[in-house]
Amino acid sequence: MEAATEALASQGYLADRPLALAVQLAVVLEQPLLLEGEAGVGKTEVARALAGATGARLIRLQCHEGIDVHHAVYDWDYPRQLLALRAAEGGVDEGELFSRRFLLRRPLLDALEADADQPVVLLIDEIDRADDEFEAFLLEFLADFAVTIPELGTITAARPPVVVLTSNRTRELHDALKRRCLYHWIDYPSAELEREIVRTRIPGVPESIANRVVTAVGRLREQGDLYKLPGVGETIVWARALLQVGDDAELEETLGVALKVHEDVERVIARGVLDGV
Amino acid sequence: MSDLAGPELGGPELADGVTNGLAELAAGLRAQGSRVGMGELLTAHRALGAVDCTSREDAKLALRAVLCSDRGDLAKFEFAFLAVYGSGAPLGQSPFDELTGLEREALPHAGFQSNAGAPPSDDADLSPVPAAWSEVELLGHKDFANYTDAEMAIARVLIARLAQRGPTRLSRRTRPDRRRGHTPDLRLMVRASLRTAGQPIERHWRAPSRRPRPVVLVCDVSGSMTPYARMLLQYMHASVAARRRVEAFAFGTRLTRITNELGGRDHDRALERATEAVVDFSGGTRIGDALATLNREHGRRVGRGAVVVILSDGWDRGDPDELALEMARLRRSAHRLVWLNPLAAHPEFAPLTRGMRAAIPHTDELLAGNSLASLEQLAVILEEI
Repeated sequence: MEAATEALASQGYLADRPLALAVQLAVVLEQPLLLEGEAGVGKTEVARALAGATGARLIRLQCHEGIDVHHAVYDWDYPRQLLALRAAEGGVDEGELFSRRFLLRRPLLDALEADADQPVVLLIDEIDRADDEFEAFLLEFLADFAVTIPELGTITAARPPVVVLTSNRTRELHDALKRRCLYHWIDYPSAELEREIVRTRIPGVPESIANRVVTAVGRLREQGDLYKLPGVGETIVWARALLQVGDDAELEETLGVALKVHEDVERVIARGVLDGV
Repeated sequence: MSDLAGPELGGPELADGVTNGLAELAAGLRAQGSRVGMGELLTAHRALGAVDCTSREDAKLALRAVLCSDRGDLAKFEFAFLAVYGSGAPLGQSPFDELTGLEREALPHAGFQSNAGAPPSDDADLSPVPAAWSEVELLGHKDFANYTDAEMAIARVLIARLAQRGPTRLSRRTRPDRRRGHTPDLRLMVRASLRTAGQPIERHWRAPSRRPRPVVLVCDVSGSMTPYARMLLQYMHASVAARRRVEAFAFGTRLTRITNELGGRDHDRALERATEAVVDFSGGTRIGDALATLNREHGRRVGRGAVVVILSDGWDRGDPDELALEMARLRRSAHRLVWLNPLAAHPEFAPLTRGMRAAIPHTDELLAGNSLASLEQLAVILEEI
């Protein structure tokens, strides 16, 4: 338990107790960990920190609309195959053409084929962007960490990777996939923890800047009617911005770092939310 | 990280008491509608073995990570955990299970048999008999508010059919396509070239496929909409059941997401669940507030190219400026914004209510939504989007 907290902290990631426990369980139970939470609370960073802490290789699969097996697992290098065919004037047999020479390995295959002594953290980022078909495939993949390439046969992981999935909740994931995973909702950190995060991520940041930024972000998040609330990422960038322009700068002048919707900026300025920070 | 290694797999120290407690916890979660299967229970056992069980907090967090699969589950878990391990009262039965049977008896369940399929008897009366389709035709323009129970039963079938029609969009996924396109299908061409001594003679093409476009249905269930809300909820239920990527919300003074409640094939139960979830049924209306919640809490469900359909008569007791602001925002983030207003069916309809006046400049389409015919109109528009 403390080991997990410390391990993540050693990579500059400060996790609260529930998150540290979820990460520890994911490693010990060898179950995928599904992380959800508002944008910018550091879902992706968890995987990065975990990989760094365990000396594992981080393999990242960024999901997108329309992603399929050929983006995620493998594809054949068709242009080179065509060239090889023409160069050999047809004197190539099929087995040669569909051999590893012409295989393009994508992240999931990479994760399976890692050496047994090289631990891997597999990050499947923004799974909610992929469609249902891909989700179904993923479910199968996570069940036995094996894929079948018709021309080559079945490839099984020598050592199952630690899997971290993230979702932004643009749509509901399938129950079956959720049930295969451990689940954790990452909330905005407490003011205390967030100050600690700013100090860790920007070594030597003046205390006054950390305090100002965290207080300001806290006030923004308290506003019930903003369209997009600033995440931890924004807090850090804001502190960096203040470091550049000087601590005595007005926060409202650099508000664009934290708020990205025009109406939100107008509202905050009109109400004087940041007065006195 | 050495401390993270090897759990004690279900050691003897996990006694019967633990097993019983977990079983109760799972039952508590299931009673509240969570899905907890045998697999989760086994994992929960292993999780308890992997953490320090003397710490109540750790054990609780571990169980939470295993047994919850949704943010909504967290509250249910707290409740169930308290019931099993805390001082809370034991979990009661859901009152809903017992009600269902009664409810089903009371509701008109089956539609009317159509006359079309009946075998003609010898002494058949030769005077014209209205066939089933003509009932349908009669219903076409009839206002939902004037429906009898029997007509509702007939309309339900038709509504289910209308709800299958929804918008699509081009996907980035491609399919093999016969027509000459701009994306060559290299995979097929390599295969074909094998037969022609490496010469790429046969050409193959791929074209993008079509996928369902997300739809967000937002239904006004305030007092003034009561005559229509029932049929429109039917439409929402049928849409959720028939298509993927459909989200359903209901609002009076506040917005409630009812997608999960409307799910499932059992029609009566789905509507019952939805009605139960909406606390402000037949109350006042604050459209602006409801849309504000939609924009903020569910903005991501709307944002990626969804068609938003609002079903409301526009009687609003909220602030019209807020409504205009939120409508503007909604239109900017949605792909299309359609407003269904049952009052618009009236020939002398003019958008005079404050709410409607504020909203109309920001809608792409204004339809009636008071009859089957107008729902069909909606289906046509959705298909064209």
